Amino acid sequence: MLVSILHRVTGVGLATLGALALVWWLMAAASGPEAYATFVHWATSWIGIVIGIGLSWAFFQHTLSGLRHFVMDIGAGFELSRNKLWASMTLVGSVLLTILFWLYILGVRA
Amino acid sequence: MTMETPLAQVRGLGPAHEGAHHWWTERLTSVATFALFIWFLVSILRLPALDHRTVTEWLQNPLAAVPMLLLIVATFWHLKLGLQVVIDDYVHEEGGRFFSILLLNFATVTGAAFALFAVLKIALGGGAPHA
Repeated sequence: MLVSILHRVTGVGLATLGALALVWWLMAAASGPEAYATFVHWATSWIGIVIGIGLSWAFFQHTLSGLRHFVMDIGAGFELSRNKLWASMTLVGSVLLTILFWLYILGVRA
Repeated sequence: MTMETPLAQVRGLGPAHEGAHHWWTERLTSVATFALFIWFLVSILRLPALDHRTVTEWLQNPLAAVPMLLLIVATFWHLKLGLQVVIDDYVHEEGGRFFSILLLNFATVTGAAFALFAVLKIALGGGAPHA
């Protein structure tokens, strides 16, 4: 139930904020160093980082619950206990992947 | 007494007034988006930096520019289909639904066009604007 509604919520977040961020990044890169510097300024501000962490978690959560939907589309995993287990695993997995993702960024860029 | 089968009587009665094609395309675009985003994340994380020069030089390589163009098409297509389901589920009034679908189509095509143009400008620009 929670995972199902999260799939929709994260999908809407990625489709709006995420898509805007992608377009902004590419347009800034195409426009030149100054426009790109403005993008980097916002992306590395605290609000940019909060949105970035949110978007990365939303991406991992949406991806994992999307994979879960594929398993259910082929008709597998409908037993109550197994269904609940894999729903919970998408929550654990998305948090873990988000932490690993940012640890990698901080580790490499630091 | 109707000559129609029960299936024919209910076909198209859902909120979207159509069905299987949307469902199937959403799955196809989700597989494409999944594969392309794994490529994108691995590529981005392997770049030595994410400054303007590094990113634009990366996108001048056809092996980066073409998957990026595909990623934009797959992602905007997928998000359009996904948001349409949300609209179908929550916006029932005829006028509001028409307006929402109209806005969704304009917004996704516009967003995708800007993103595609940006990648093409970098990829085909010949690397001049670095000075």
